[in-house]
Amino acid sequence: MHEYPITERIIEISKKHGEESGASKIETICLVVGDQSGFIAESIQMYFDIIAEGTICEGARLIIKPIKSQLKCDACGAFFHREPFSFKCPHCGGDASPTDIGKEFYIESITVETED
Amino acid sequence: MHDVRKITVMENIHDENDHIAYHINEDLSNKGIFAINIIGAPGIGKTTVIKNLIANLDGLKPYVIEGDIESDIDTRSLRALGIRTFQINTFGACHLDAPLVHNAIQNIEFDEQGILFIENVGNLVCPAEFSIGEHVKLLICSVTEGGDKPYKYPLAFEKADIVILNKVDLSPYLDFDEDFFMKGLRALNKTAPVVKVSAKTGEGFKEAAYWISGRAERASTTR
Repeated sequence: MHEYPITERIIEISKKHGEESGASKIETICLVVGDQSGFIAESIQMYFDIIAEGTICEGARLIIKPIKSQLKCDACGAFFHREPFSFKCPHCGGDASPTDIGKEFYIESITVETED
Repeated sequence: MHDVRKITVMENIHDENDHIAYHINEDLSNKGIFAINIIGAPGIGKTTVIKNLIANLDGLKPYVIEGDIESDIDTRSLRALGIRTFQINTFGACHLDAPLVHNAIQNIEFDEQGILFIENVGNLVCPAEFSIGEHVKLLICSVTEGGDKPYKYPLAFEKADIVILNKVDLSPYLDFDEDFFMKGLRALNKTAPVVKVSAKTGEGFKEAAYWISGRAERASTTR
């Protein structure tokens, strides 16, 4: 349920850009999804196939680029992937802070088919 | 003849939601309404905390939007106390988003300046992802949940402006690891105050309500 309205939005954005470029069909949609964005690629794909029916997005292939979240160490400045139940820097043991890496959720590009 | 080409889009999926949220915030600010997005797991005591905060608001007019998947149980209990309350039922959706809140706000007559509490759907995941036009996010946790929640649901803790630790009257009977909880919280969020409260004893609500009044006043003077 969580991914349904979001998938509708993905289709709306893709349709808008596709129509603006005179596309007869959208072939691929490249979606960047951070693991802190809270959205599950498989669920988006499932809803996508249903919602895209009858639109220029029907049959389009979703290419999902996952981004793993990273913290930044307050002490040594290193970026790292956290271990479960820890926010400590693996390099120096310092405390870390959240970054925006892993919160991405955007359409990077689409490929479209146009008829001459 | 078919031609295939690539088009750069770079459009955030949340842009439309955030755009609506921005306008909700602007509209509420112009009316002198300070909005609080109340986030917490089911059963954590969101409605009880709201009632206790309202009782300590010292003259600021309260309004409440109740977000629930189904039912209007909380709305009825708030209305019984004379609190102007409006219901949003999401019928399956696990969080409130800006369009839902925007529609609800169209039906609310804000006849006085005050505080709007927006109780999100009970869930520690999705409500943290969607802006709904609030001025601050208030996260409710409790000693009954265990101290590992910041590690398991980092985004909710990262985005909170204030954290309320509820049900502290039960602490003597539980093994809540407060140090572990605080360590996780502070890794994610260096500034949010943590206020310990108990609806049984009334502890802490005055302090939390004072924080809300202060933030509401600051928001109104910077408009």
